[in-house]
Amino acid sequence: HGDVSAKFCSRRSADALRPLPPRLQSPDVFATAGTTICDNRISIWSSGDLGNAGLNGEYHGEPRLLCDIQHNGDVMDMQFLDQERIVVASSTGTVTIFRHHQNNQTLSANHRWEKAHYHVDQDTSCGGAACTGVVCSNPEIVTVGEDGRINLFRADQKDAVRTIDNADSSTLHAVTFLRTTEILTVNSIGQLKIWDLRHQRNEPSQIFSLAGDRVPLHCVDRHPNQQHIVATGGQDGMLSIWDIRQGTMPVSLLNAHEAEMWEVHFHPSDPDHLFTCSEDGSLWHWDASTNVSEKPSFLHQGGRSTAYLSHSTINQSVVSAWLSNDPTKDRMEITNLIPNQTLSVNSLDVLGPCLVYGTDTEAIYVNRQLFA
Amino acid sequence: MGGAGPGAADEHRPVTVVPGAVPRRQLCFAWGPAEVLVCETLFGRAGTGEGAPSTSRVFVVRRDQDIYIQTLRKLFNESHGIFMGLQRSEEELAGKSRKAQLVQVSKNYRSVIRACMEDMHQAAISTRDPALQGQYSTQVSILSAMELIWNLCEILFVEAAAAGPLLLRLLDWVRLHVCDVDSMVREVLSSENPSKHKLFWNLGNTQTLTELELKWQHWHEECQRYLQDGTFASNPHMESICKILLGDEDAILEKKELMTTWYHFLVTRLLYSHPTVKPMELRFYAQSSMDLFLGGESSPEPLDMILMAAFEFEMHQVIKECSIVLSNWWFVAHLTDLLDHCKLLQSHNLYFGSNMREFLLLEYASGLFSHHSLWQLGVDYFDHCPQYGRVYLELHIERIPLSTEQKALKVLRICEQRQMHEQVRSICKIMAMKALRNNRLGSALSWSIRAKDAAFATLISDRFLKDYCERGCFSDLDLIDNLGPSMLLSDRLTFLGKYREFHRLYGEKRFPEAARLLLTLMTAHIAPCSFWMTLLTDALPLLEQKEVIFSAEQTYELMRCLEDLTSPNPGSAPFQDDDVETTKVEMLRLALARNLARVIVKEGTVEGS
Repeated sequence: HGDVSAKFCSRRSADALRPLPPRLQSPDVFATAGTTICDNRISIWSSGDLGNAGLNGEYHGEPRLLCDIQHNGDVMDMQFLDQERIVVASSTGTVTIFRHHQNNQTLSANHRWEKAHYHVDQDTSCGGAACTGVVCSNPEIVTVGEDGRINLFRADQKDAVRTIDNADSSTLHAVTFLRTTEILTVNSIGQLKIWDLRHQRNEPSQIFSLAGDRVPLHCVDRHPNQQHIVATGGQDGMLSIWDIRQGTMPVSLLNAHEAEMWEVHFHPSDPDHLFTCSEDGSLWHWDASTNVSEKPSFLHQGGRSTAYLSHSTINQSVVSAWLSNDPTKDRMEITNLIPNQTLSVNSLDVLGPCLVYGTDTEAIYVNRQLFA
Repeated sequence: MGGAGPGAADEHRPVTVVPGAVPRRQLCFAWGPAEVLVCETLFGRAGTGEGAPSTSRVFVVRRDQDIYIQTLRKLFNESHGIFMGLQRSEEELAGKSRKAQLVQVSKNYRSVIRACMEDMHQAAISTRDPALQGQYSTQVSILSAMELIWNLCEILFVEAAAAGPLLLRLLDWVRLHVCDVDSMVREVLSSENPSKHKLFWNLGNTQTLTELELKWQHWHEECQRYLQDGTFASNPHMESICKILLGDEDAILEKKELMTTWYHFLVTRLLYSHPTVKPMELRFYAQSSMDLFLGGESSPEPLDMILMAAFEFEMHQVIKECSIVLSNWWFVAHLTDLLDHCKLLQSHNLYFGSNMREFLLLEYASGLFSHHSLWQLGVDYFDHCPQYGRVYLELHIERIPLSTEQKALKVLRICEQRQMHEQVRSICKIMAMKALRNNRLGSALSWSIRAKDAAFATLISDRFLKDYCERGCFSDLDLIDNLGPSMLLSDRLTFLGKYREFHRLYGEKRFPEAARLLLTLMTAHIAPCSFWMTLLTDALPLLEQKEVIFSAEQTYELMRCLEDLTSPNPGSAPFQDDDVETTKVEMLRLALARNLARVIVKEGTVEGS
């Protein structure tokens, strides 16, 4: 999987990472959140410095800090709104848009929604409720929080466009867009809900849940091309793949991690690849692409554990590899990308050939040759 | 109470003034895991009741400043990885390979120290705040001293270099930390007969000790001859070099200003007079070197004492001195652990029972727990303290502030992995109570499920039922409708789920099923007695339906339930005897009687054509 350069970020612990979409002929850039002695900071790094390229084009340098800015409260989630602006969800319940000025490499707070999430009464509440998830689709921003509230913001508007109070009686852990007007949320009683933002009713249009114990779900992601395919991960480390067109049960349940799965991401341009990271300190790469035999990835050297799961057939070119239950044909390959796991991997992001992830040992790792 | 740097001697403990404390008041204190709570008392200086009653404040005085210094976090994080690697490493490897492994671990630790020094140095030169700059610079020198000491310990204890390689290592050691040795070496090499000197420098591994000694002797004698012959008489400079090469102490001492420290002097001395020095002989040369070098002008500093203890192979002394001088447990904890793995420390039992290694690791790890993210490292350290680690962990982990749910989840995961059930229950209860207070009933339930806390689940269900009675409808239907198997956690929760199901069936007009369910709730005692009246009232609309729903059997059952409820039973709570209730009861009796009449007729009628 190519060279991993570890930047040990002594001043940072990474809670959420979102690489900027790489622009032509400019270095890859990514954002991180971290804590210093007394405050938290949002930082922008460049990982794409030229030079220091080894014989095989491997990257040996370390990411370079471009700029940073102070942030109030722990960063629970972040997402880029566009090339320059990033939306940050705070444990204080505030949602902030930061703008990255590339000409002079500074960050500034562009807009802030204070107490977007709060408990009981907005006026008397001393601490807000943590905002646990944010998702963007320029210019719309949707946030969810520990208060069970869903907010819809527009980047240029001071007040929330729409707020669904008490959308959920438990904590909402993550949100993502299903379609332009529909969102998906997951909560701490193991439910996946679809909300249609066009409707004024404060009820989900559909509720899915796993059979058995109501294991909390922590993350959700939708297949980039086939919008009915959704992946969720939960407290038991299990990866669930859902087809939301049919039924209320997942299509497949894959035993993955030994502890909470914190994030799941389909690769945005190569969605046969899925990535999950967990409290157990591992980061798994799930490869459901059909030509497994051509990939050299299973010839890695040590420290990698690979497992095989059977799945799709070659004929089903239209149906995604993720949905098939046919055990007879090609297999899915799963690789752990971290050789020496110690503490939790809290967050990951992937774009193009670049993967970044952050751990509880306050380190950020960048892998720039994911499919090499 | 503040930590002293390496420059301060034992007696000069700096006094910390608590800012804001009234000067004439006596202070009382209590130790915490990493800090002291200090409180103003009413008593004046003399101990008499001078102080007037006024507001008393509590101060938190922290000892471990280092935790809060930025770049040291890198030290803590990286060394954690090395520590864990060491604990997990192959114990079965014996002899040379094990030693090589341990030496590598030691080198890894040192490279982390050096990396931090580098970062700290960068921070010092890039900051504009002079106070901060001073702080960073101090840290750089402390780290440098730490690396110096560790390196020496690595040579003497971990690698246990034997005579021959020992001097090479010591040379490297000095060279690494003091750069001026090279100037002398250059001088020598540029003189006549460099080849003869080259021979001397070739103290490679290929030569045995005796070969080395012979070669050295030969070379030494040649040098001596040159001196005696007066070959260098015309050149006093060369002459002094020759004397140095012969190990003439006075000659070397003359060059004192080139050597910054007595251990530099020591190694130089050894290089020219006793290159094949044995480890056990070091102590004598060290002591005399220090005496000669300092010459009675200055007294040895703590760093000097530590190094001397190392040369004397007094490991415990080294650790003790370092503990006193350094303000953080990091160094002694990790060094002692490494030495313990080298099987060099006898179980030196301290008076309260645990051994030295464990004691130091416990202290270090406890300090980590006062930090909002480094505590996770502390957990692993406690895991590797066999005697008291678990107890310490249990105490510390319950006191971590749970600012977000995610942090609580991490703490819970750690507790569950170690079967710390008490702590799991306690933390879940805290989170559930918080959620309940914020009216997040679903969250509260989710925490109860995690802890398998039936009592709390009952509490939550009662809350729901109370809400229902007050409002006439259920809140959080998404939760109650989707309880699944967790419904069985507590009876009350089961009742809640079933009761909601009854309402659903009624809403879907599936009256017979609804009726059956309602009755079961009472007869199977799933419903609490307090709720029976509500249930019976819910039965009214079913009784009033055009079509007969309840069978005769069922109607008799209902009647019995009503009688059980209304008749004063010995031991049960007295029935509410107000107007509303009486009216309700009357209406129920009437409805039941009517239903009974209708159903008897219906059941008695023969369905004919």
